[in-house]
Amino acid sequence: MFDGITIQLLMGQLLIGLINGSFYAMLSMGLAIIFGLMHVVNFAHGAQYMLGAFIAWLLLNTLGINYWGALFIAPVVVAIFGMVMERLVLKPIHHLDHLYGLLATYAVTLIVEGLIRQQYGSSGLPYASPIPGGVNLGFMFLPWYRLWVVLFSFAMCLGTWYLIEHTKLGSYLRAANENPEIVESFGINVPRMITLTYAFGVGLAGLSGVLAAPIYQVSPSMGSSLMIVIFAVVVIGGMGSIMGAILTGYLLGVVEGLTKVFYPEGANLVIFVIMIFALVLRPQGLFSKKEGA
Amino acid sequence: MIRYLGLAAILILALIAPFFVYSVTLMTILVFVIFASSFNLLLGYAGLLSFGQAMFFGTAAYITGQILKTTGVSLEIALIGGTLVAAVMGFLVGLVAVRRTGIQFAMITFAIAQFVYFLLLQSEFTGGEDGMQRIPRTEIFGFIDLSDNFSFYYFVLAITVLAVAFFYRVVHSPFGEVLKAIRDNEPRVESLGFKPERYKLVAMTLSAGMAGLAGGLKATVFQFATLTDVSWNVSGEVIFMTLLGGLGTLAGPMVGAGIVIALNDYLAQFAEWALISQGVILLAVILFFRRGVVGELGALVRRLKAGGSK
Amino acid sequence: MSSDVTKAPLLKVENLSAWYAESQALHGMNFEVPEGELVTLIGRNGAGKSTTLRSIMGIVRKRKGSICFKGDELIGKQTFQIARQGIAYCPEERAIFSSLTVRENLGLPPVLSSGGSTDEELLEQFPNLRARQHSMGTRLSGGEQQMLAIARILRTGSRFLLLDEPSEGLAPVVVKEIGQQILRLKERGYTILLVEQNLKFAQMVADRHVVVEHGQVVDVLAADQLQANMARVKTYLGV
Repeated sequence: MFDGITIQLLMGQLLIGLINGSFYAMLSMGLAIIFGLMHVVNFAHGAQYMLGAFIAWLLLNTLGINYWGALFIAPVVVAIFGMVMERLVLKPIHHLDHLYGLLATYAVTLIVEGLIRQQYGSSGLPYASPIPGGVNLGFMFLPWYRLWVVLFSFAMCLGTWYLIEHTKLGSYLRAANENPEIVESFGINVPRMITLTYAFGVGLAGLSGVLAAPIYQVSPSMGSSLMIVIFAVVVIGGMGSIMGAILTGYLLGVVEGLTKVFYPEGANLVIFVIMIFALVLRPQGLFSKKEGA
Repeated sequence: MIRYLGLAAILILALIAPFFVYSVTLMTILVFVIFASSFNLLLGYAGLLSFGQAMFFGTAAYITGQILKTTGVSLEIALIGGTLVAAVMGFLVGLVAVRRTGIQFAMITFAIAQFVYFLLLQSEFTGGEDGMQRIPRTEIFGFIDLSDNFSFYYFVLAITVLAVAFFYRVVHSPFGEVLKAIRDNEPRVESLGFKPERYKLVAMTLSAGMAGLAGGLKATVFQFATLTDVSWNVSGEVIFMTLLGGLGTLAGPMVGAGIVIALNDYLAQFAEWALISQGVILLAVILFFRRGVVGELGALVRRLKAGGSK
Repeated sequence: MSSDVTKAPLLKVENLSAWYAESQALHGMNFEVPEGELVTLIGRNGAGKSTTLRSIMGIVRKRKGSICFKGDELIGKQTFQIARQGIAYCPEERAIFSSLTVRENLGLPPVLSSGGSTDEELLEQFPNLRARQHSMGTRLSGGEQQMLAIARILRTGSRFLLLDEPSEGLAPVVVKEIGQQILRLKERGYTILLVEQNLKFAQMVADRHVVVEHGQVVDVLAADQLQANMARVKTYLGV
């Protein structure tokens, strides 16, 4: 059955799986952070990721600002976009059924994707790797840029997790996830905290977009196709935990990569099959501490 | 009395419409009236946001098409086939999904719909990226030829009237009352000895079946079925129609379908602006007019009446 | 400020009404809390005592009338702004955060003005907490949770405390301990508005009792008048 599967193929797909997993982890982590505090499933996460990539592309092609500049600027711009969006769109409907939050962010997705497509067309735009070349490991060729993405996003995930679970700043967020009213009664400006948290989660999506630009092509639909998988990842991992989102993201990226080696036809489907199994076997999500709203 | 007059007026309008408007556009509206009503049954009456309604619509389109292409049975048999397959699918999805409420239900239906999308993409019979082309429009009951769009319109209209009557019956039945009670206060319904999950599962099956009927009709109207029919854009569009028209009202999805199809038709020449304006309108509805066109009009009429009686 | 005439009350609630969604919970409350006093709100379940505290704090948003604190109107302000005026609130359910350690729970409220206790002082004052400071918040016993809930709001420096049924569900010996802690706070000059159903506990600590029924104040009794009016108060409380 495994005839013809070389170590090159295996390691190559494993690397791709790890790269995809890095994006799954970063994005579902942001989604979980936002959901934890606001109970809103941020459908626009994919569009904000795409926006990050587009801003990087624009910075390079109009202002000549390179990748490293974009890595800093684009997430900030996307975060500011998130802040405005939270104030104008999400805050007014915060007191309603949280389904409206999902639908409103969906509407924003339509607008953002449509505008970008209108302006730049739907075909992918190339973004050259800022670290060309790579190293030959003997059994496979490892491009430097991919190594950078894996390491950097891993550090971002770990850093964010540490920030939330083990710092004073994070303790405010954890407390507000549990009981925002009481945190506010301590004199903490919770409405501002919600805005900033949303901006942070959205900024992470923008950052992922910049990381993705040299790997995938920059295109208006790059976000929504990823979003589909992220939803499944979040359903599998449960919405309750940051670490759960990260682990599930990496795990599913690797599983998907391996499926490509052993059963290529199933690669698109495997995450969804896992999701259905997870739903039947462990309805509250693999890592969820409590039932989501 | 006024209500019946209104109904009669709408029916007469629908009967003469193809003399003035392109019949395919009209049929598209009718198809989406059924489709949006199926979505409304779930969200408007059971409080379940299906973000994957296109999976029933698209699958049934393919199934109906496949039956017509390979068997040569009469049209209504193929439609029933598509409807039944979608209903079974709705039942199966429901088994997995109805235990969750709110946001979780939405995400699960969304993800399962994508699973179905990829499944159909890879299935041979669907034609993959190219879609299923040249679906024959066989004779109805084996002897009524409706191959021209003008006469086919009346067939689609008849089915739509039946479908709307069906929704009306469901919503106003004791079953519909229980659904609404579940939407408003599930724990209370449970404490009264009902099993909400069963009711939701039935609602899910009915809704999926009706979405399937719409999908099958769509395949026979356009004589093709494509992956677009299963895509999340279509799932989103049907949400848009229902919210715009008015959630939880029978007329809402109809009005919404009419407006959106007309709008799409008009905006098609402006490329991306169709989707952009959908987003803008949806956002405006969510932020300012959550009752939708029908709900806001109803409120306006009530206000006018209250003002007039003073 | 003059001191010889009657002091202006620290908190003055006038004609306060409040709503949960569409249902009205308070129907024109009127009472005052003088500085340095401990005032209780007593009344039966659902009379509107907790709602009063939540309205003062702005957690119940929909409210009308006037809540005047140190001369400033609180209606229209957001919860965090009200807290920053110098009011601290300890809810009935205690709201100890389960995902935070005891120490994190204690350190959560920010220092809003000088005069608050440091973490070290608080652990001094509530010695049970010191031993448990690294366990997660909800591993504490009910009494310890109540201590923690009171202790942490002392951090902010606010001198006006709203305490919602601190004695609820606790063993008599623990209730006594909590009572002593509250008396100690009063001695240190804190002004306290306390919601209580436990008459004995209320009697032990309060200067003044405000009796609440159907979202209105029906009686105000000084501590020394309570005994004489016990029969009437007990009918209000339904005991």
